Amino acid sequence: MIEIKDLHKSYKMGSNSLHVLKGINFSVEDGELVAIMGSSGSGKSTLLNILGMLDVLDEGSYTLDGVPIKDLNETKAAQYRNKFLGFVFQSFNLINYKSAMENVALPLYYQKVGRKERQEKALKYLEQVGLREWADHLPSELSGGQKQRVAIARAMAAEPKVLLADEPTGALDSTTSYEVMDLIQKINDAGNTILIVTHEPDIADMCKRIVHLKDGVIVEDKKITQVRASQYV
Amino acid sequence: MFSRDNWKEIFETIHKNKLRTFLSGFTVALGILIFVVLFGMGNGLVNTFNEFFGDDATNVLYVFPGRTTIPYKGYKSNRRIEFDNSDLVDINKNFSMFVEYTTPRISRGGLVKYKNESNNYTTRAVGPAHQYAEKTIMMKGRFINEEDIKNKTKYVVIGRLVENDLFGNKNSLGEYIDVAGSAFMVIGVFQDDGGDNEERLIYMPYTTRQLIEKNNDKVDQIIVAFKPEIGYAGAMALDLSLNRFFKEKKYISPDDQNGIFIRNIADQLKQNQQFARVLQIIVAFVAFGTIIAGIIGISNIMVFVVKERTKELGIRKALGATPKSVIGSILLESVFITTISGFFGMLLGVFILNSMGEKLKDYFITNPYIDITMAISATLVLILFGAIAGYIPAKRAAEIKPIEALRDE
Repeated sequence: MIEIKDLHKSYKMGSNSLHVLKGINFSVEDGELVAIMGSSGSGKSTLLNILGMLDVLDEGSYTLDGVPIKDLNETKAAQYRNKFLGFVFQSFNLINYKSAMENVALPLYYQKVGRKERQEKALKYLEQVGLREWADHLPSELSGGQKQRVAIARAMAAEPKVLLADEPTGALDSTTSYEVMDLIQKINDAGNTILIVTHEPDIADMCKRIVHLKDGVIVEDKKITQVRASQYV
Repeated sequence: MFSRDNWKEIFETIHKNKLRTFLSGFTVALGILIFVVLFGMGNGLVNTFNEFFGDDATNVLYVFPGRTTIPYKGYKSNRRIEFDNSDLVDINKNFSMFVEYTTPRISRGGLVKYKNESNNYTTRAVGPAHQYAEKTIMMKGRFINEEDIKNKTKYVVIGRLVENDLFGNKNSLGEYIDVAGSAFMVIGVFQDDGGDNEERLIYMPYTTRQLIEKNNDKVDQIIVAFKPEIGYAGAMALDLSLNRFFKEKKYISPDDQNGIFIRNIADQLKQNQQFARVLQIIVAFVAFGTIIAGIIGISNIMVFVVKERTKELGIRKALGATPKSVIGSILLESVFITTISGFFGMLLGVFILNSMGEKLKDYFITNPYIDITMAISATLVLILFGAIAGYIPAKRAAEIKPIEALRDE
């Protein structure tokens, strides 16, 4: 599903440049649930941003579902993001003047799905995250966990190949975190490929594979036995 | 770009961001409103100037005798110049190429009585052509004609307000009034757009006046109307030749500025119209300044709007919004708001101008109006520049990498 070869990325910081990713080789199979771990500054968010086409790579190659991701202009990148990827952010990033349902329906709007169908699908995904009754509420009327679940529903609504989550539990307390992880595990169980960036070991343990990044290189890549989040909920 | 879905999305955005919508709409509406009102008032100013001269014919010269200040050809200075009937004949004879008509005018004040009512009025003894020079409008009866002049009839034509004063609601035609001791029959009643004073005048044949005043042939002033086709230059030339003719005939030194006066309405009108036009240009300049201020205002708001929406646009881009759709939605939103509020401001401005009408006449503004094409073009210009002003920050926002936009807290 994801194939990365010899990936380099550096940022210009005034006169000197900061070499963030120093040759990453990494691949993800269909249906995997991968945690990318590392201390701050290890390059884990940069890697996720490149995977999410939110940022461009300097060197190396990136293939997503057999499509080489290279030299994309903004329009093409936007279309690929829409088609291939779903995002979940630490700060939820819901549009604050749109209701939960409208937020979930937004990626479908950019897929040019008709209005009726958009609403039906949005409600279906809200149902899946258990927020059917909150469809008409604004993000400001929802709790942190609910917001993140709306964000997950939104990421799923476009039916992406890969779900990318950047510290999805970073702004949540542990109980809520486990609820969100439970949801993510269920989505993964349904066969979706998910990548999670986190620095919390307990969250990482709920994935099927942990990739450790340190100073821009992968220091450890191991498959683990998944801890089910449902037992904590 | 114009699908129903897009519009729905835009309406929702507008509806849910009321402050933003209000701010940009208000700027545009106010800009257009001030523009329309100012421009209309400029036109009102020009209207007033035109109206000042509208009640009299504009193709006339008033020739007045004065007193000499320079001794000339054996005559002492400080000699009073007088006109008489022969001057009228001479003008008609010598300047027939240019002159449409002439009429003398002899003005006298005096007590006028009818039964128990009496009042002081100015009586003007004139020729038939005077009706055209003053644009006197006959309400009933007739004006003085050639027969009256020839027969020195004791007829008068009275102003509307004279009739009002002396006769009340009664009909004055055929009644006799006492003008400075002589009985005159009223043969006509007139009105005049020049105002109340003009409607408190009494006209009689000039020959009758001369007969009363010991059968002399003196004339106070002569009104000369030139043929309109000789134009402004011709009028100025006639002005000069009349001056030269009378100075020669009355033995006035060519250098004497006070022997004879000629008031040239065409010249005054032209000067005043130029003055009004300059005023209008100044007003128009201020009005265009308002439009420019409006454009700057809407530009500022657009920059602010895009800045405020940076994060939202980042989210949208992460969800698959293309740069084109980002720019498109910002532009459509701004054009929609500026169009609606622009036309609202314009209509309000036109409405204010219409309701003003004559109310500001004391401030020299009469019937302010704005050419509707002018108002619409100004609105369109503002909309266009609003769109351009929106496009630049929208394009920049669309080019921001979503990751940077999302980091923007």
